[in-house]
Amino acid sequence: MENLKANVILDAKGLACPMPIVKTKKAMKELEAGQVLEVQATDKGSKADLKAWAESTGHQYIGTLEEGDTLKHYLRKSSSDETIEKKHPHVINNDELVAKLDSDENLVVLDVRETAEYAFNHIPHAISIPLEELEQRLGELEQDQEIYVVCRTGSRSDLAAQKLTEKGFTKVLNVVPGMSQWSGETTSFVK
Amino acid sequence: MAITRMNSAEVTKKVFNKEQLFILDVRNENDFQDWKIEGENFEYLNIPYFELLDGVEGILDKIPTEKPVLVVCAKEGSSIMVAEMLSDAGMAVSYLEGGMKAWSEHLEPVKIGDLKDGGEIYQFVRIGKGCLSYMVVSNGEAAIIDATRMTHLYLEFAESIGAKINHVFDTHLHADHISGGRKIAEKAGATYWLPPKDATEVTFAYEPLVDGKDVEIGKVNINIHALYTPGHTIGSTSFIVDGTYLLSGDILFIDSIGRPDLAGLAQDWVGDLRESLYKRYKDLSEDLIVLPAHFMIIDELNEDGSVSEKLGALYRKNHGLKIEDENEFRKMVTENLPPQPNAYQEIRETNMGKINPDDEKQREMEIGPNRCAVR
Repeated sequence: MENLKANVILDAKGLACPMPIVKTKKAMKELEAGQVLEVQATDKGSKADLKAWAESTGHQYIGTLEEGDTLKHYLRKSSSDETIEKKHPHVINNDELVAKLDSDENLVVLDVRETAEYAFNHIPHAISIPLEELEQRLGELEQDQEIYVVCRTGSRSDLAAQKLTEKGFTKVLNVVPGMSQWSGETTSFVK
Repeated sequence: MAITRMNSAEVTKKVFNKEQLFILDVRNENDFQDWKIEGENFEYLNIPYFELLDGVEGILDKIPTEKPVLVVCAKEGSSIMVAEMLSDAGMAVSYLEGGMKAWSEHLEPVKIGDLKDGGEIYQFVRIGKGCLSYMVVSNGEAAIIDATRMTHLYLEFAESIGAKINHVFDTHLHADHISGGRKIAEKAGATYWLPPKDATEVTFAYEPLVDGKDVEIGKVNINIHALYTPGHTIGSTSFIVDGTYLLSGDILFIDSIGRPDLAGLAQDWVGDLRESLYKRYKDLSEDLIVLPAHFMIIDELNEDGSVSEKLGALYRKNHGLKIEDENEFRKMVTENLPPQPNAYQEIRETNMGKINPDDEKQREMEIGPNRCAVR
């Protein structure tokens, strides 16, 4: 998974419970909201524990990748995403997009979540450009195309949609709420 | 305050003696709900360890000071951490050595009784998982029935009483735990017996255990008589030992009966199960002492920790033996079944010799309760 980026990688290999969680908790404190932490561990129990820990603390558990004996867990630090007021005027809800994809699977869906989030679960054919890379990668998109921007809860995609509009894109729609509630088809790069 | 270590044998004594114990289980909530240390007078508090990383102040008032407190986790690391925090806060607590992993593997040998012409029969109570296995000993020879994968414990026990293991039996192909039968037979140079109808897919050689087969142990002829009693699996076989003990495998338990669905054929085998329980067993002496391969709930333990009851008493008390109507019986054993044991397919394949998971993997496959019964 060469395109699975993390902001910080924590090596907890060879450590037994409770150390992987103790270290994760500490590392998470250093991260900025919305950043991704990769925790490498060999303790099999770390998967269920990290997942439960993330749930109880409000962080986002993205998924776990198994590479031989090493488990790579991906977590995203909780952010105040949900509370920010969305500003982009053109929105489409999940169900409407599912219906549109049913009739035209070549729609341009732009997924602005982190690559790790995208890797574990995304809409088939969606283009992955994380929000913070969007400005440098505008050239990958066409200005007069209809673009459906999606993230987890509709906040990052709102920012992305504003950014695109500012740069002269004319047919940008924010998908709400986004992947957290997505019931349509998805695909994944990891098993 | 110093923290103390408590091992599984000590906790088992508390279960047997119905002592009081306060268990602070720091595993995940669903792990705790799925499977925990059971004791009649045990009290529980479940708080995952990762919710205590910042301190235990929030739970101090929930932990009693008038009874022993045991902190439990999956392997032991987290329970030590939490026990130390509690100790720093002035509480006297213990942690479970080896955690639930060790608890799952602990076997407590209990003597069931003497045999007529000398010799004894022992029950090995796997208290954490509810598996029961047996050793029949006579005149320096031993037979083992339904061994768990903790093979060294049987080998050591036989050695400690000066017995040579000559025969190893499995009453059926187990789906809830990994059999140690084949390994013990290899190590001890003993014969390994399996019912052939359960062994159609096995990858190793075995001695076919068929109805009416008699195997003798010791020079004084302790007779182990095989009785074909299908239902839990198609090959399930019971044993009558020394004319006194009925080893019922996973067909009949103390407070429940075997489930017929773990090999995927509930509808086909329910008739066999009924025939075995309502006819074949019914024809046997009511005085036989039933020794099953499992217990399901802690209430099934006798005062000394053993699990046994006379066949006649079971016909009076066990709900599963008192269902007159065949359709009602069919319904009971095929509908509303409890969840299947963890990894039961993989366990079956391991017992067939098809896959050979390492120790760590085997341990993981067996985590949880046995769930072989219906009530």
